[in-house]
Amino acid sequence: MDPELDESVVDLNFVIRADVDPLNRVYIEFRLPTYWCAANFSFLMADDMRSAVSALDWVEGVSVVLGEHMYADKINAGLEKGLSFQETFGTEADGNLDDLRQTFLVKAFQRRQVALLNHLTGLGHQPDTIVSLTLAELGCLPVDDEGDRLVRRYLERRPVVGPMRPTSLAFVDAAGVRLGADGFAAYVSGLRRVAVNAEFNGALCRGLLSARFDLETPFVPKPPKRGAADGAPHKS
Amino acid sequence: MYKTAKGEEIFVIDGHTHFWDGSPANQKNVHGKQFIDCFYAYHSNLSPPSEKWEKEKFEKYDAKTMYDDLFVTGYDDMAILQPTYLTDFYKNGFNTTERNSAMKKSHPDRFILNGAFDPRDGTKGLEHLHALSEKYKIKGVKLYTAEWRGESKGYKLTDKASYQYLEAAQKLGIKNIHVHKGPTIIPLNRDAFDVADIDDVATSFQDLNFIVEHCGLPRLDDFCWIATQETNVYAGLAVALPFIHTRPGYFAHVISELLFWVGPDKILYGSDYGIWTPKWLIDKFMAFEIPDDVTKETGSVLTMETKTKILGLNAARLYGIDVEAQKKKIRAGGGYAHLPEAVHAPR
Repeated sequence: MDPELDESVVDLNFVIRADVDPLNRVYIEFRLPTYWCAANFSFLMADDMRSAVSALDWVEGVSVVLGEHMYADKINAGLEKGLSFQETFGTEADGNLDDLRQTFLVKAFQRRQVALLNHLTGLGHQPDTIVSLTLAELGCLPVDDEGDRLVRRYLERRPVVGPMRPTSLAFVDAAGVRLGADGFAAYVSGLRRVAVNAEFNGALCRGLLSARFDLETPFVPKPPKRGAADGAPHKS
Repeated sequence: MYKTAKGEEIFVIDGHTHFWDGSPANQKNVHGKQFIDCFYAYHSNLSPPSEKWEKEKFEKYDAKTMYDDLFVTGYDDMAILQPTYLTDFYKNGFNTTERNSAMKKSHPDRFILNGAFDPRDGTKGLEHLHALSEKYKIKGVKLYTAEWRGESKGYKLTDKASYQYLEAAQKLGIKNIHVHKGPTIIPLNRDAFDVADIDDVATSFQDLNFIVEHCGLPRLDDFCWIATQETNVYAGLAVALPFIHTRPGYFAHVISELLFWVGPDKILYGSDYGIWTPKWLIDKFMAFEIPDDVTKETGSVLTMETKTKILGLNAARLYGIDVEAQKKKIRAGGGYAHLPEAVHAPR
């Protein structure tokens, strides 16, 4: 996932190569919308890709390489050695990625929550009912297909803000505090800004990527590079 | 000058323009190339196809092109020149106060010349700020907290040195502090998604105005909180406005949130010329209405009065421009000669 956009790096077209060799080693290459995309975000994405792929039990090794970025060499060297962001950048970095990761997870939680809340109110569920739903009850709530998708997305991020017992309240704020039926409308409008932000950002990132790499011009296959041994499926 | 169908004149101050040189000849290193390439990606991505420039023109445009795009083809009456030094990337800097001053010199009634400072420049930088004030009588500065200086990849307004500079600015009557808080670029984790330092300095420096360029996008949520609490924090629409073409639905959300939280008196239009040009931006903005469903949520409406404030009156207030007097000056200089009505206008 892109941590800030809460969208898949594959859907965003960031990933340009994902190959597996006969020894079950995985090779991933990715690129970003600008040469400047913040190094910490870039590192975070690479690190998450590495962890997600390593978690698959058949995988024997992972290589993640960032291309066409001002810090590509540094980040790639850090990734190859398995260093942390702080170790990779030394004194230039002044914080650790866990805080940043947490900030983004909370924002992702908020976006997913507001999408679900809007959907539930749209289906006619009243605020006082919504705020008193437990996780078990949310799981049984009759919803349409879109609602089902939104519930699943929401539940993926719900652990970010509090424990997930069946009797826990389904909807709490970023601090894990239950929502009130009274302040419901104001709470939702507050969350909407987080969502507007991210949507805007997503549009910008997609657009910049497509302008930078000219994704709009119809793809004309290039003649294969001489000496290209693996024939990896590159998009350009 | 924008004229409505009813003949109302709307005085336009463009809060964000540049007269840059990003040409290969001026590039110091690969960063200089990547910087202008990135700007060009913004330009190509968000402009309507008919408004897209050739790369070469985009890298370096001449003074006449800029004048025509802003004031003849475009509806700007005045424009604020915001410098961006980037001396680590460009031999002569990208868009310095000195370079911009040539525009101001040729068209004094049209331009407001802003300076810049960087608190990491120490005593020498403070002296430079005094010199800018003396030479150009600047009323505003543009700060780029993400700019590199050697090993440093950015600074915060809350740094001790920043305070010294802001104190100096206050003494010199440089009241308008434009701060780039925009899409995530350059810095490492420092300052990467944070507008919190604005909150601190806006409280400490009540006599200064803080114009947050690009209204903190993509940190609009954080920015709105701050701007609501502080009376001297403004939103600059540069970069947000062009979305009116590619993503009008999202622009509607952004402008309605800004109107709701920040209010119509504290939002400033800016084209970010040469990334985008005033003509199409303002044509679209004047034709724009916030859709009903968004208005229902936020209660925000983009009235003609509000548009007039955003396009010029708010900036006029910040920079002490007497709109009627300024119109007379521009008209006397032949600045409205291209408008058909100017033939009959009193001289």
